Amino acid sequence: MNTYQKTYDVIVVGAGHAGCEAALAAARMGCETLIVTIDPDTIAKMSCNPAIGGLAKGHLVKEIDALGGEMAKNIDKTGIQFRRLNTKKGPAVRSSRAQADKKAYQDEMKRVLESQPHLDIKQVMVDELLTEDGKCIGILSQTRTAYLGKTVVLTTGTFLKGLIHLGDVSYSAGRAGESSAEKLSESFLSLGFEIGRLKTGTPPRVNAQTVNFDAMEIQPGDPDPLPFSFSTEKITQPQMPCHLTYTNEKTHEIIRNNLHRSAMYSGRIKGIGPRYCPSIEDKVVRFADKARHQVFVEPEGRDTDEIYLNGISACLPEDVQVDMVHSIRGLEDAEIVRFGYAVEYDFAPATQLQPTLETKRVESLYFAGQLNGTTGYEEAAAQGLMAGINAALKVHGDRPLVLDRSQAYTGVLIDDLVTMDIREPYRMFTSRAEYRLELREDNADLRLTEIGRQLGLVDDTAYRRFQTKRQLIDEELARLNRTIVKPTRGSLTRLEEVGITPLDKPTSLTDLLKRPEIGYRQIKLVSPPSCELPHAVEEQSEIQIKYEGYIRRQAIQIEQFKKMEHFRIPDDLNYETARGLKTEAREKLEKIRPASIGQASRIPGVSPADISILMVLIHQKTRSELRAAS
Amino acid sequence: MLLSDTIAAIATPHGEGGIGIVRVSGSLAIAIACKVFRSPQHASLVDFPSHTLNYGHIVDPIEGNVIDEVMLGIMRAPKSYTAEDVVEFNCHGGSSTLSTVLDLTLQAGARLAEPGEFTRRAFLNGRIDLAQAEAVVDLIRSKTDLARQIAMDSLSGRLSREVNSLNDRLADLLAEVEASIDFPEEELDFLDLTAMRRTAQAIQDGLEQLIATASDGKIVRDGINIAILGKPNVGKSSLLNKLLKSTRAIVTEVPGTTRDTIQETLNLRGIPVNLTDTAGIRRTEDIVEKQGVERSKSYFDRAALILMVFDASEQLTDLDIELLREASSRHAILVLNKVDLPFATFPKDLKSHAPEKTVIQTSTLHGSGIEELKSAVLRHVIGGECVLANSPIVTNVRHDDALRRAQSSVSHAIESLDAKMPPEFTAVDLRNSLDAIGEIVGNTTSEDILDRIFSQFCIGK
Repeated sequence: MNTYQKTYDVIVVGAGHAGCEAALAAARMGCETLIVTIDPDTIAKMSCNPAIGGLAKGHLVKEIDALGGEMAKNIDKTGIQFRRLNTKKGPAVRSSRAQADKKAYQDEMKRVLESQPHLDIKQVMVDELLTEDGKCIGILSQTRTAYLGKTVVLTTGTFLKGLIHLGDVSYSAGRAGESSAEKLSESFLSLGFEIGRLKTGTPPRVNAQTVNFDAMEIQPGDPDPLPFSFSTEKITQPQMPCHLTYTNEKTHEIIRNNLHRSAMYSGRIKGIGPRYCPSIEDKVVRFADKARHQVFVEPEGRDTDEIYLNGISACLPEDVQVDMVHSIRGLEDAEIVRFGYAVEYDFAPATQLQPTLETKRVESLYFAGQLNGTTGYEEAAAQGLMAGINAALKVHGDRPLVLDRSQAYTGVLIDDLVTMDIREPYRMFTSRAEYRLELREDNADLRLTEIGRQLGLVDDTAYRRFQTKRQLIDEELARLNRTIVKPTRGSLTRLEEVGITPLDKPTSLTDLLKRPEIGYRQIKLVSPPSCELPHAVEEQSEIQIKYEGYIRRQAIQIEQFKKMEHFRIPDDLNYETARGLKTEAREKLEKIRPASIGQASRIPGVSPADISILMVLIHQKTRSELRAAS
Repeated sequence: MLLSDTIAAIATPHGEGGIGIVRVSGSLAIAIACKVFRSPQHASLVDFPSHTLNYGHIVDPIEGNVIDEVMLGIMRAPKSYTAEDVVEFNCHGGSSTLSTVLDLTLQAGARLAEPGEFTRRAFLNGRIDLAQAEAVVDLIRSKTDLARQIAMDSLSGRLSREVNSLNDRLADLLAEVEASIDFPEEELDFLDLTAMRRTAQAIQDGLEQLIATASDGKIVRDGINIAILGKPNVGKSSLLNKLLKSTRAIVTEVPGTTRDTIQETLNLRGIPVNLTDTAGIRRTEDIVEKQGVERSKSYFDRAALILMVFDASEQLTDLDIELLREASSRHAILVLNKVDLPFATFPKDLKSHAPEKTVIQTSTLHGSGIEELKSAVLRHVIGGECVLANSPIVTNVRHDDALRRAQSSVSHAIESLDAKMPPEFTAVDLRNSLDAIGEIVGNTTSEDILDRIFSQFCIGK
């Protein structure tokens, strides 16, 4: 074994979406950072669908951006189709989604990594974690070189003992054609970590030259595409359309007749798959009465003819996949370039982590991404960013950063992971966020930019832009409050012209805007601000006024929630000898060791009575320690 | 559960006593008292000195009618039991007046205290000595567990089914709304607005009916559940009859006559007690009877106290011993019946299998031992703290309060549907409603809602 010449502050293992954010955050916070990957050509690779964002995921991307992460900027540069979802619904559940040019996304992210000061990239297969006195001190490569670092962030995705299934064939791989990490799992086990097994799948890709798009419905992007990043002025690149087609009875018959040959139904796959992203086999079996299922036909990039068939992830044998695809309208002659498959992989249940993503068992070791049992690029990136930030804070000797459930989806995500014992791939949904009305895409910057700035992740330009926006919002809100429309003949005519029903008394613009039928657009016509405001400022002013009642009520709930979060549980509280706790609660508390009374109350199996008792016990402990000290 | 809002509860034991106290503690205690209390000179409560007792009336602030003549005790922070502002209403009326006064404080902004919460606050605020921490823990544990048990038991079968079904329908409706928010691109068949409104209205009507039933006092079977258990033909029904001095249950010499359970309410010195006579427990192949026997066993878990009956004229069988073993880990009184016949089983035989338990000897034929049994039951019921803050009337207020909050949230949901508010606002109200009902039937988590979505809709882009 030899030791690499340079020692690092932060070593990031894996260069997927989690790894990239972790490494960039650490390097930008001034840490000497090393990112290692089995293959540098696969940096930021989109293993599955060629898209970023979607419901609740778009929220995560905006939060990453507000904190100074890279994902939003990267998709803005390389997106080929942008859409806002749920535009007819309220502001809290509007989400951004974009199709990516897969290759361009990778290349662009690789360039950002390469040009980042303090960041080294290396091709390394990691075999072992190096530890000393319960602390992680580095990694050992397959070629027996030790890289030493003060902290290590693991983002291994599906590569830990990855096992690919296709029909009755199985082979070891992290992604099709890429070797899996076989030894690292053993290193985990020997350190005492618990390992579980999950499964995910991916659909076949076809050659666009062989697809009859005329037989499908076209799905264009938004005519006026909105960017993800608060720093991006405008999306200027041309957009590409997606298409929509459907499976049919014939497709379903082919699948049903060959179920016994699917890796999933033959019992070869042991890992648990995501229910919200089922394979086509699953959909046909579980929802047998559905006559058709959607297939979204999505381009994988500008410079490739590969097409991603979103909706028919499968692990059927290759011949069945061919028949299945050919049975679908528009795909009758489609040539499959890559076959769909399922992959099983090891994950480490995240109840083994602190809310900082540092492991409880081994100090200075952080886990992020799919390794923690999540799915999705956005979920991975959000965790990667937080792990990178906390590793850097640890190196600097600063207090860690934990976002709570009222601050960000990122907080909801990590709190869920470390609190609930999750055994199914975890995906973010807006319904998981109890303070959903407050956690919107549009205010992600207002919620988080200050934090990113303090960390040193938000540069001067971005911060100035943010300050200006905040100031403009404040001024506009004040103006709307101050400006009173009187029911004079002139003003009534003007109101009528823009579709506002007559007033009977002087009314502020704020009160006008509160009416359900009136939007900012009309207000602007009645009484425009002194200069044209950016769209984001108009939007923010409208939302803050229109939904003020709901937002205020939520603010009260958040205040109460914070009290419980701030009721800290001492690290050394002994649950084993704690009197009065029910056995189930005691076991769960001992396993998860929650940081606060708030977190404890969210652990399934811990009752309100247990929480009451826990408060008394904590108080007893702190009071007797105080007494002993004095 | 919250740390510092204002809480209220009935602070005196349940029963037919002369004076009962409703206690309110927290920063809003005095403000809340102001809303419901009138002093003769219309003096403002805010000016009353701390630690004084003041004469006045409780007046319903909406209806304007006088509820009770009371003495109001005021204790300002930090010199009070909880170290918060505390107001105590010393009321004259019986349990129904007490629950009305409690109700008024809740409507005026207080929250019903969790079991043991006054004591917990007193401890956390440094009013109770550190040495008593263990006692505080024990108190919270016993009160809460019992409160939960009583709350579960107190819903009669039909009502419990109704509350559960409303909970279910609410969860389904929320799942619809959530699915339409989180999966806009899937080809899913959502309920349209009209159908959603219809469903919400039906839930609202259901809740209203339940609340009406609740105000008649029928939602909660006031009382402690006591089950009579034992092998067939040991005299369980006769014992029930003796306790009730009526002859409702059919008694014959053929084992297994009481095939179903029979429930009667007994007034035990002012405390309502629900006595359930169960089918005899024995190993049986008779299907009809088997159901009765299964149900008997379920009473083990549901009853607050078990009267376990044995036949003194027969030797203990294996089944008896099994029952005794079962009894030793539960609240139970052992009844040795038929002591008018020659003894084949003695009290010490029962004791040898369940040494901790009280044995009462009875003869249902002659009526001997029945008064002793009643006293023993009473000791169990009162001796444990069980009827203090957890009395059935509080359970009744708790259910009523939860149902009212549930109903008010559903009506908000209907308003937002009518106003064509975006679905996430409707979801907030439905979620609040579900949380309120959850206080009765158990919490519905966001994971439960996702489960419903994935089982009902084919999700998966």
